Amino acid sequence: MIHARGLARTFDTRRGRERVQVEAVKGVDLDVEAGEIVGFLGPNGAGKTTTLRMLTTLLTPTHGTATVAGHDLKSDPVGVRRSIGYVSQSGSTAMSGVKAGEEIVDHGAMYGLDRARVEARGRELFEQLDLDGLWQREPKTLSGGQRRRLDIAMGLVHDPGLVFLDEPTTGLDPQARANLWTHIAALRDRLGTTVFLTTHYLDEADALCDRVLVIDHGEIVASDTPDALKRQVAGDLIELVLGDPSHVSLAAQQLARITSDAATDVNGGVVSGRVASAGTELPGLLRSLDAAGVALASIEVRRPTLDDVFLTMTGRSLRDA
Amino acid sequence: MNAIAATGIVYRRQLRQNLRNPVWIIIGLAQPILYLVLFGPLLKPLAAHLGTTNAYTFFVPGLLLQLGLFGALFAGFGLVSEWREGVVEAERVTPAPRTTLLLGRVLRDVSLVGVQSVILIALAFAFGLRGSIGGMLLGVVITMLLGGACSAASYALALSTKSEDALAPILNSIALPVMLLSGIMLPISTATGAPQWLVVVSNVIPTKYIVNGLRTSFTGDVFTGPTMWAVFWAVVFVIAGLWIGTRTFRRDA
Repeated sequence: MIHARGLARTFDTRRGRERVQVEAVKGVDLDVEAGEIVGFLGPNGAGKTTTLRMLTTLLTPTHGTATVAGHDLKSDPVGVRRSIGYVSQSGSTAMSGVKAGEEIVDHGAMYGLDRARVEARGRELFEQLDLDGLWQREPKTLSGGQRRRLDIAMGLVHDPGLVFLDEPTTGLDPQARANLWTHIAALRDRLGTTVFLTTHYLDEADALCDRVLVIDHGEIVASDTPDALKRQVAGDLIELVLGDPSHVSLAAQQLARITSDAATDVNGGVVSGRVASAGTELPGLLRSLDAAGVALASIEVRRPTLDDVFLTMTGRSLRDA
Repeated sequence: MNAIAATGIVYRRQLRQNLRNPVWIIIGLAQPILYLVLFGPLLKPLAAHLGTTNAYTFFVPGLLLQLGLFGALFAGFGLVSEWREGVVEAERVTPAPRTTLLLGRVLRDVSLVGVQSVILIALAFAFGLRGSIGGMLLGVVITMLLGGACSAASYALALSTKSEDALAPILNSIALPVMLLSGIMLPISTATGAPQWLVVVSNVIPTKYIVNGLRTSFTGDVFTGPTMWAVFWAVVFVIAGLWIGTRTFRRDA
């Protein structure tokens, strides 16, 4: 569905008097097959949106080539536009002076579709996306979640085989996010639509995507299923929060006996390390800590997350990035 | 996607939005109407001094220029908020030619300027405007052309800056001097006692010729030099405005 080679984009900006070239995207190769839900994961400023804007013809690549939905990005941008749906971060309808349904119909009409047909399709989408009864409403009177679903309906009204969603759940409350996830999954399951979405939420990529591409500093640093990526991170994380911070080195010693390559991390009164399987190692660890006279305030065990993957790949946590 | 159909869709959508919230059309008219009502009567006794028999054939053309210039130049503000709402991007990913996104909006502004001009002239009749109806219609057309040019340029500026904070000072610093130097209130001519330097400066402002042309047109001298110059400059402005606008809308935004 998408095949990109060496896609790059440089922006000219000024730093004081000086003219600087910023490489927002340095050369991205990516392949997305029909029917996949692919997550594009990275911190703010990593180049996610820039890549997306190139693939949707909104931004001309400085270098590289891409075929999107069977059309060449450079020679046939109109062909690309005809075959894709794009739901941007900032929304896609006016807030006032329009009705939700009208925006859908006008948008569909810009694909050269017959108004009656678009309206029928739009009303169908409203039903599927739990927007029934909101056809006549002004978008500013809708909730955040409803508005996002309205944007998605707009991106789908011409039945594209490929949909780009830019940070679809940013700014939504947890319930609305979970609800949107089921709708996005249904796109593929019910309609066979290929979905390419960007996100900086790891749980979102984990819950929703068949495959995750990790982008950092304008380059793709990993591409695999969420599970395979998590397997690359060795084991579970054990965090010991000490009752008495002076016991740090004692605790680290005990923990180092069971961690992979005997590594531990000390951060204030917290000692942490990765073990192959926390479940089998924990009882022994607790006994040996007890014997060494180390008092624990609490103990935390975390299964590897995509955040850990990101940390392993880039040396930074996604949250700090 | 056919360009005319796409322009039509954009135009209809924009116009519908305006008609639902006509307060802006009225605000756009408020300024020239206030001038007409509160300032126009002061010019009446000066008609002879202004070189005319009916002061309103002198004054209303200036107000039309103000309408075409001010109303349309500020159209860009609407585009900035549309950009923020994501409307412009949503339109740009459709197969509709990107120029039509500009043309539909410009035609909407041209229509609004046309309606506002007619209302203003009708109101001026109540205050005592008399002159050539045909000439006034030509005046409306010239005003619409000027409005189209200004709105296209304003959209180009809006799309390149995407910020009201950048737009406001640029537009204000253009619009006010241009209006004053076009002599919309009083003639800028040595014959009426204007200083030489002011006349020289105003002579390089093309909109002055548009106002002068509108004035001769209002009195019925449609095929005279000044009127033809007004038509000429209006057409030049339209071509320039659409050229800049088209270039900007076709580029990455």
